[in-house]
Amino acid sequence: MTLLAHSDVIHRCFRCGFCKLTYDYGAEGFNCPIYHRFRLETYSPGGLMWLTRGCLIDHDLEWGPHLSHILFSCTMCGNCAEQCRFDFKTHLLDIFRSVREEAVETQRPLPPKVAQFLENVYLYGNPYREAKDVRSDWVEELGVRRFSKGDEFLYYVGCVGSYDSRARKAAKALATLLLEAGVSFGILGSQEQCDGNEVKHLGESGLFEVLRDGNVRVFRDLGVKKIVTLSPHSYNAFKKDYPQEFEVCHYTQLLRDLIEQGRLKPGQQPQITVTYHDPCFLGRHNEEYDAPREVLRALPGIDLVEMARYGKNAFCCGGGGGNFYTGISASGKERASIARVREAAATGASVLAVACPICLTMLEDALKSEWLDESLVVKDISEIAAESVKGHRAVVDPLRRSKGG
Amino acid sequence: MEYRELVRSLVEIVGEDYVSDNPEELYIYARDSGTEGPRRVDCVAMPRTVQEVQGIVLLANERCIPVTPMGANLTLNGLALPNKGGLVLDMKRMDRILELNRMARYVVVEAGVTQGMLGSYLEKNSPDLEHSRPEAPAMATVVGNIMIRGHGYLSLRYGNNAHMTNGMEVVLPTGEICNIGSLSVSPWPFCKGPLPDLTGLFCGWHGTTGIVTKLSLKLFPRRRLLDVVGFICTDLELIPELLRAITHTDMADNVFVIGSALADARGPVQFITISITGDLEEELEYKRAVFRKMAAEFGDGSGTVKFMKDVPDLLKTRFVEKPPFVSPALAADFDKGGGYRYCGAILPTWQIPSGWKKGMDIARRHHKHYFYGIQVLGYGHSVMFGFVYTFNRADRSSVRDTSDAMKETNTMVLELGGIPWKAEASAQSDIVARMDANTLGLITRIRKVLDPNGIMNPGNWEV
Repeated sequence: MTLLAHSDVIHRCFRCGFCKLTYDYGAEGFNCPIYHRFRLETYSPGGLMWLTRGCLIDHDLEWGPHLSHILFSCTMCGNCAEQCRFDFKTHLLDIFRSVREEAVETQRPLPPKVAQFLENVYLYGNPYREAKDVRSDWVEELGVRRFSKGDEFLYYVGCVGSYDSRARKAAKALATLLLEAGVSFGILGSQEQCDGNEVKHLGESGLFEVLRDGNVRVFRDLGVKKIVTLSPHSYNAFKKDYPQEFEVCHYTQLLRDLIEQGRLKPGQQPQITVTYHDPCFLGRHNEEYDAPREVLRALPGIDLVEMARYGKNAFCCGGGGGNFYTGISASGKERASIARVREAAATGASVLAVACPICLTMLEDALKSEWLDESLVVKDISEIAAESVKGHRAVVDPLRRSKGG
Repeated sequence: MEYRELVRSLVEIVGEDYVSDNPEELYIYARDSGTEGPRRVDCVAMPRTVQEVQGIVLLANERCIPVTPMGANLTLNGLALPNKGGLVLDMKRMDRILELNRMARYVVVEAGVTQGMLGSYLEKNSPDLEHSRPEAPAMATVVGNIMIRGHGYLSLRYGNNAHMTNGMEVVLPTGEICNIGSLSVSPWPFCKGPLPDLTGLFCGWHGTTGIVTKLSLKLFPRRRLLDVVGFICTDLELIPELLRAITHTDMADNVFVIGSALADARGPVQFITISITGDLEEELEYKRAVFRKMAAEFGDGSGTVKFMKDVPDLLKTRFVEKPPFVSPALAADFDKGGGYRYCGAILPTWQIPSGWKKGMDIARRHHKHYFYGIQVLGYGHSVMFGFVYTFNRADRSSVRDTSDAMKETNTMVLELGGIPWKAEASAQSDIVARMDANTLGLITRIRKVLDPNGIMNPGNWEV
């Protein structure tokens, strides 16, 4: 949708500021990650609305590097659309995305890191400038196969899970769980390329279409029917922006089912307190708040506690909208991820559970820079579940062997 | 050049992230949600501590640079927009709640603490206490509300919110940090003290006498139960007496009169909402019975006053919901135009009927629906009569028309013996023009003493 399509809406923002808050206007702080980070009124949903109008509709303001920085800082976390009191709330994210589209289409200067991100994805199929054939280096030791016709699930790993060394551990953990449960699945390996979620949110709709069409072609050629994603960002793209012919689930939804069906058997672990961080693209964007919690609750020894901001009120890690790469709003001591790990630490939990490879890397970095990593660890739910299942096997396997099983 | 140097100095005080003279920040800080502006802004800074505020003020005073302190910029009347350029101080980074004293029932907040933050904090830490919450979005700041002599949901019992401060910490225009109230003598900001009441040097002055960085706010008992009962009154002339009767029971916690052209196709109908509180349901039931009886007997039982069997949800949630939804903010989008202004006229109660009729005339002349919200202050010592005008922000003629309607309303209010609240620059001129010359002279002399270089939000309360 173009910015023009929103021209009868964009002036209606009053800048009342509810968009910066949680439902209870929490004393924990502002819930808009860019306002939290920068604190200038420009870096807020209302600021973005007024600047957009000033520059692109009223032409009172010229496009420049600072405006570009502001407009591309938004993480697309969706808190504003959740909290806005007006009926045009459903337009907010579309407007922010449309502005970026307009900037890309009219070749206005983009923040250098944004331009670099898009160029990398265009040239390499991933933002890291990595070769496609190293995408699946991590699977060799596990015996994970390439997807072939007849496999039930395509395990779509995504760029962060494939290339980031920390996120790879989560990708591996999920693979071991799927193998353990006897799920029929395969990966795309070097055929996998970016899902395009961040590309779309950064306004490069043309590149997004190329990625989407390429992925769909591969899925169809291979006979893919069901997709399980490691990342909520991939889940969001496949579910909302791809043809509806594929059945898509986030891995926590599949793990919940596998545990319920008894195909995964968690084992008793030492008692630990865990708090869970809702990823924006799983929670607010797709309203999946339960599956990750149900998985955690099904793991013996875990005491689940909530942070002050959770569910619809959850505070973004600051990495969405490409920020995990561009770093526009994800740098500095006041970045959202720092506040989030402090909030997690305040619960007394020893584990901060996530269900997104981007959140995993953002929050782990923040934990280290806050020197909180001795009292708190960040783990993906796939890793926590894998440890639990491994614990079960450690008990069961010797028994089986002793019985000749 | 002068401002480039200033920016460099400001960066040394508050850090690079919190100073800007970029066109984008200047654009946003030059505007508010009403029809005033845009104004010239030369740079923006966001201090975190009182020492940073002091450093900035010393710098500005030395160079005679205008300083405009800003909370949430939600007055709608341009009070946090500079009249003469210079530096806008966005105070919202000073956002700590520093002390809660349950025994003496006060809380100490920094200048950037919002109404929402404080409400949420009290809900969590002391749900038996509350502050006088204004009808404003949750982002509105506590200190800003006091500085504009705002009012809130406890103003019927305890008066204007500015009466609810025990004192404050202020950075004077010449840079001294000054404690006002008991804190000037005692370790605790628990009262204004039997001292000269200096809070009056800062409340209602629109930031022209100093920058409040910290404030001690009185809290009040919060009853367990809250309900809203209501009257419908079809005789406008009865309203003042009716309000007198309601407030005289000492059973109402908050009283509003609400009227609008949209709800009122058959002629003026006034809704009167009365918030009642108690610790027992029996207490509430007794209060309901008192007001039911009052409605039946009022106007000699002619039926011009009716007790509402069920108060409409929209009216009820406005006063009952916790945390508040603050439906008045929604008025901004009645016409899908995103614009909203109101003249908050402080009037004597008996002028309600005249104000009502004259306001309708003004609305009609400017092709607007009329929306009224009248809040009874201090047992009917006065009312805040809100004449609300919505407009389409994208339509310049609609903006202009609203601005004109506001000017006419301000004049009408003054003619009725009232005073426009949080008056914009033109309304201040109208007020000052009618002010007793010696009073105006006193105001001018006080400002000159406190702010010899005239740096603090100049253009306000001036001849």
